Amino acid sequence: MSADTHGHGHDDHAAEGAHGTRKDYVIGFVLSVILTAIPFGLVMSGVIADARITAGIVMVFALVQIIVHMIYFLHMNSKSENGWTLMALIFTIIVVTICLAGSLWVMYHMNANMMPSMAPGDMGGM
Amino acid sequence: MSEATIPPGAQAPIFYETDEHHHDAGGSTMLGFWLYLMSDCLIFAMLFAAYGVFGSSYAGGPQPHEIFELPLVALNTSMLLFSSITYGFAMLAMNDGKVRSVQGWLAITGLFGLAFLTIELYEFSNLIHEGFGPQRSAFLSSFFTLVGTHGLHVTFGLVWLVTLMVQVGTKGLIPANQRRLQCLSLFWHFLDVIWIGVFTFVYLLGVLR
Repeated sequence: MSADTHGHGHDDHAAEGAHGTRKDYVIGFVLSVILTAIPFGLVMSGVIADARITAGIVMVFALVQIIVHMIYFLHMNSKSENGWTLMALIFTIIVVTICLAGSLWVMYHMNANMMPSMAPGDMGGM
Repeated sequence: MSEATIPPGAQAPIFYETDEHHHDAGGSTMLGFWLYLMSDCLIFAMLFAAYGVFGSSYAGGPQPHEIFELPLVALNTSMLLFSSITYGFAMLAMNDGKVRSVQGWLAITGLFGLAFLTIELYEFSNLIHEGFGPQRSAFLSSFFTLVGTHGLHVTFGLVWLVTLMVQVGTKGLIPANQRRLQCLSLFWHFLDVIWIGVFTFVYLLGVLR
């Protein structure tokens, strides 16, 4: 992909502000490819017989890849905008966690307790 | 310091600034745009929650492993990943002040984005032709809403990208355009982050189920 060679390989300009260097982008890209290929490979080939273990591994890979993207592509750090971007991010993560966990939890119990036609085991065993 | 005393009966003085503070144009744009992205993140979180709740309500319809084609999803993911790094190269070219190079990388990014959308629309039309449209089951409704919203974001990102290519072409890499390119950079990489969630929780975990 990196068709332009640029010759000198100087990254002097990138030092200013929250810009990444060419190295940052390439590292982020290579890590992302690896972190994407492994979960797809695991699921498509089905090497691990237990689907739950595979699911756990896949989720861990997703989490790591999100962090990789934030560091190498979005150039997140604790100093940009005096730390306000990080504060906003942490706040968002808290709200998202509450909403996701709350919705899933409440609705799971609704399904399990309020629908007599559907055995609770149906929900858990999926 | 001599304190000026207010004579009895006079109104308390009202102070106001006659000159506006000097702010650099767009000095707070990046933080503001980041806050927008965080609120966009909340939209996606709610759609993920809806998918999480409805994802196993098949209503006798198809199940994920019957309709999802992982090779197609893998191809789609790689398109978005390639577009992320080519956008990164556009930003590097911007830092070097190379207008032609910026436009070139933006064009390549746009093509990858277009390829992503084309593949996604192909997948959607296949599903709908087989009778597995959003009205088939709650699972498919939430699936189309979540993935469709992401696709809509990519579409608007493409419109924005073409606009910026024209602006950079006519005005050059002026500070305002650099700021716009940085905003789009955040937006574009943010969409890639959301896609990680989509391919993991919707496609991979769906097929495993």
